[in-house]
Amino acid sequence: MSGRAEDREAARDVTPWLEGYELVVGLEVHVELSTVTKMWCGCPTTFGDEPNTNVCAVCSGQPGALPVPNRRAVHDATLLGLALGGTIAPRCRFHRKNYFYPDLAKNYQISQYDVPLVTEGRLEVEVERDGVVGTEVVGIERLHMEEDTGKSLHLGATGRLHGADRSAIDYNRSGVPLLEIVSHPDVRDPETAQAYLRELQAIVRTLGVSDARMEEGSIRCDANVSVRRPGAPLGTRCEIKNLNSVRSLGRAIRFEAQRQAQLLDDGGTVVMETRHWDEEAGVTRTLRRKESVTDYRYFPDPDLVEMTTTPEAVERIRAELPELPAAARARLADAGVPRAQAATVLAGGMLGLLDAAVGAGATAPAVANWLAGEVTGQLAARSSTLDASGLTGEHLAELVALVDEGTLSATMAKQVLTGVLDAGGADGPRAVAAAQGLEQIGDDDALGAVIDEVVAANAEAVAAVRGGNDRAIGALVGQVMRATQGRADPKRTNELLRAAIQASGD
Amino acid sequence: MSDPALTRLGAAALADAMRAGDVSAREVVDAHLDRIATHDGVDASGDVWRALPADRLGPDDLHAFLVVTAAAARERADDVDRRRRAGEDLGPLAGVPLALKDVLTLRGVPTTCGSRMLEGWEPPYDATVTRRLHDADVIILGKTNMDEFAMGSSTENSAFGPTRNPWDLDRVPGGSSGGSAAAVAAGMAPLGIGTDTGGSIRQPAAFTGLVGAKPTYGAVSRHGLVAFASSLDQAGPFARDVTDAALLQSVLQGHDPHDATSDPTAPSDLLATLRDGVAGLRIGVVTELEDAGCEPGVRQVFLDALDLLERLGARIERVSLPHAAYGLPAYYLVAPAEASSNLARFDGVRYGNRVDAPTAETMNAATRAAGFGPEVRRRIMIGTHALSSGYVDAYYLQAARVRTLIARDYAAAFADVDVLVSPTTPTVPFRLGERTDDPLAMYRSDVATVPASLAGIPALSVPAGLAPAEDGSAPLPVGLQVMAPLREDARTYRVAFALEQALALDPDPAAHGGPRLLGGGGAR
Amino acid sequence: MAQGPIGQDDVRHVATLARLDLDEAEVVALTPQLAEILAYAEQVGEVAADDVEPMTHPLGLVDVLRDDVPAPGLAADAVLAAAPEVQEGRFAVPRIVEEDA
Repeated sequence: MSGRAEDREAARDVTPWLEGYELVVGLEVHVELSTVTKMWCGCPTTFGDEPNTNVCAVCSGQPGALPVPNRRAVHDATLLGLALGGTIAPRCRFHRKNYFYPDLAKNYQISQYDVPLVTEGRLEVEVERDGVVGTEVVGIERLHMEEDTGKSLHLGATGRLHGADRSAIDYNRSGVPLLEIVSHPDVRDPETAQAYLRELQAIVRTLGVSDARMEEGSIRCDANVSVRRPGAPLGTRCEIKNLNSVRSLGRAIRFEAQRQAQLLDDGGTVVMETRHWDEEAGVTRTLRRKESVTDYRYFPDPDLVEMTTTPEAVERIRAELPELPAAARARLADAGVPRAQAATVLAGGMLGLLDAAVGAGATAPAVANWLAGEVTGQLAARSSTLDASGLTGEHLAELVALVDEGTLSATMAKQVLTGVLDAGGADGPRAVAAAQGLEQIGDDDALGAVIDEVVAANAEAVAAVRGGNDRAIGALVGQVMRATQGRADPKRTNELLRAAIQASGD
Repeated sequence: MSDPALTRLGAAALADAMRAGDVSAREVVDAHLDRIATHDGVDASGDVWRALPADRLGPDDLHAFLVVTAAAARERADDVDRRRRAGEDLGPLAGVPLALKDVLTLRGVPTTCGSRMLEGWEPPYDATVTRRLHDADVIILGKTNMDEFAMGSSTENSAFGPTRNPWDLDRVPGGSSGGSAAAVAAGMAPLGIGTDTGGSIRQPAAFTGLVGAKPTYGAVSRHGLVAFASSLDQAGPFARDVTDAALLQSVLQGHDPHDATSDPTAPSDLLATLRDGVAGLRIGVVTELEDAGCEPGVRQVFLDALDLLERLGARIERVSLPHAAYGLPAYYLVAPAEASSNLARFDGVRYGNRVDAPTAETMNAATRAAGFGPEVRRRIMIGTHALSSGYVDAYYLQAARVRTLIARDYAAAFADVDVLVSPTTPTVPFRLGERTDDPLAMYRSDVATVPASLAGIPALSVPAGLAPAEDGSAPLPVGLQVMAPLREDARTYRVAFALEQALALDPDPAAHGGPRLLGGGGAR
Repeated sequence: MAQGPIGQDDVRHVATLARLDLDEAEVVALTPQLAEILAYAEQVGEVAADDVEPMTHPLGLVDVLRDDVPAPGLAADAVLAAAPEVQEGRFAVPRIVEEDA
């Protein structure tokens, strides 16, 4: 018995596609907080402004300027720490991490070192493998606060670091509050890594502490990848950088694991180093060796004082926690929302809208269908966001009702949604439908007049129907729809046509 | 009122005369600008006067100022006069000229910190100290010379050449705030601002016969003070008497939301208890600092001052600070460690000078090697080493632990006594060049001032008498250091005022055989 | 210190960390000076302080924070005016060889 259990254990430890090796991954995720102002100064955190327009003496590293921490950032970090089930340090402080880099305005980064704000959290993620959904738990070692750097633009032939002959620095991002979340090396496959990143994204959006856009860099992920024989000590790890999407995270881990396994199979050894993921080539490449590891000379930042969090303060902040994605997922499943749609709704930060629509009388599956499908699609097409769209729960409930009650066909409802979005939410679906004349013709007299015309003009088809060729009715329905520009209810048209044909024969 | 008389008056007296209408702020400013033009070695043409290059300075030029904002000072003086005529309520120091150490930012005026690194930099913002001075209508005459980035005890580490001591032009004025001290001692301004990290106000005050105070850490905002060692740096006043120093510190101190280490508690009222005397006060003499390599002359002046305080009714007791002896070694780890990080931002990217090189990394390294002088490079090296992997615990952290013990020593001592005293410096001013080749000898100038800096407590130096140097000289100033518990700055002023009134020393070097700089010569 | 006095190789290493381009003559001159200063500073090791908390701030203030409210910054021109080299509104530097930390 026990032998077989061990076998099963050993079999589970082998990563199926790694031929005798087990994959071990730890993740470092950086999240930019969406506070109004930066971590240490009152400059705005907006993305995409003209270079060096959101700067002051503090974030541009002027001599004599001093940092003062942003209360909201500390609060938001604490909130996320609690959402991850972590322990909040009763006392902690900021350290200076000293290294020279032109985009680092002071040539040190204010960060946390021996006592981070949050320790020992965990994240439970749903992982789908070959259509089967399972649950994995990833431990979180620490969450600490720090500041973002400026941005370097590499001028020259390639626009990349290598081959550039000058670099140019924009400090707009310098000092934006940043959280670093370090997982334990608990991840055993790329799918779990991807699920972990998506789940973190969903959580920070649910909390409203970050917009977590990978494409804008407001959430970034590095992966520490190693492989080992089952039961062996941890192998030498490589840190993979430049992972710009959830998809590239999965691809890079898979590539790197195979590279390391191959290397070991060939009798080589893995060298501890930082590697760069090349998205186009689909490979990782050496960035720098860790032997030349920088000595960061951490020491407590003497410009800043200790931060304390009392147990009462922890409970006050914990009470602010909204329903987290895992709980919301369970609730949506109970309400009959398909898993994939629920995932889209949660990842898109649309749960509040869904709940509002349900509150306004719609059913959860109907609303989820709209949100995960047409709303997501139309917003993406116009590069807009939910917040900017003006769409409300009432709008969605109304849209669902208009379809349910037969006032709008599915196609027309989509057009109405477009109209609502065009108006920035100023006009609701009913108003839009009325203005565009998109309601179905519910009036039998009006429809009857059109039908009479169609029956009169299509004697052949009418005769065919009357002669028992029931399929001929389809062509007639089509004629009515064309004549009403799609506003006729097909079912009612069918009924009225039959009645009219019947009547014309009598 | 004749101009030389104006430059002999203190801040309070000048303010009184201006309030009474006896003299205008413009006349006061012009009189002091004249003295600077005559004695300091500046190119006094144009709106902004520059110090002459070191090789063009004469043997009698003090070289206290690096830049004099003459036109701006006159404009502000005219503005003060206009508002006074209009009946506006002006502050107690309105119209009084001041010399500002070149380590505090003043928008649009070159700020060098005594370094080639920052040559040509015009700060885009005002320090809080500067703003408070402007708000009080104090008139900033210009920026004064200093040891590069405040690292030094003689002002000889300035990239722009040393400042001379008005008491003996062959001697140093102390440092790092030597420019402000010399300016005030020579009557170029009645008030000066220095910064003190390990003694950089108190030691030059002692060397130039002035009152100089390092406030409680956090009492004066560091916003706009180009950092040397952030956990130690404090700006504070220089004046020729205790009352003026108290008036100036009253303007400087107060909470600043731009400095997270600024003390949010209301600052102590320095003037309310100034005249309370020392009768019944318990004064502790720190045995470890009393014996710390003092010259006999300095020691005698100190003992005489103690006798005088006792005759005034104070109770003198010997007190031990067991860890004070470790203050200097701890300081020379903590301060360079912080400095190595604070000075990292000078890299040729955002401001200041740049030495071109093919890559960003080599440009940084070449710029920093060329821009920093030898003492700054030395301290950056010590500090970097003290923080580096494998050494940080034995050096930086151990020094920070010793700091805790020194602070505890003080707390224990203040359970028994109201204030602590020591000689401010072990010696009278030394000769220019005497210690430049021996960094450790230079560091030892700070042995008595450093422990209070480490503990963050207020400490002030007040003239206690005169003594000749051991190598033979006319009598030179000797300072007495008064230290009090955190936030009890008022006590240091109270003791200093009592001693000052009883001693009635003339602050004019000429009255004691020194150069005739203050324009007078007789008794007060 | 267990490691013994600082040597020239240590000095070169520290200069790299501190990003100071010291020439050989300065390394040679600086090494004994640093060794002497460090030997003096090492006296702190004589104090038994293992159970003592390192002091980093004299007043013991805690929780100094600011509200998340915008404050006026500096104009881009004012900040860039001090820069040795500017390109397209950015601080320009020679090419960066090392990768970001």
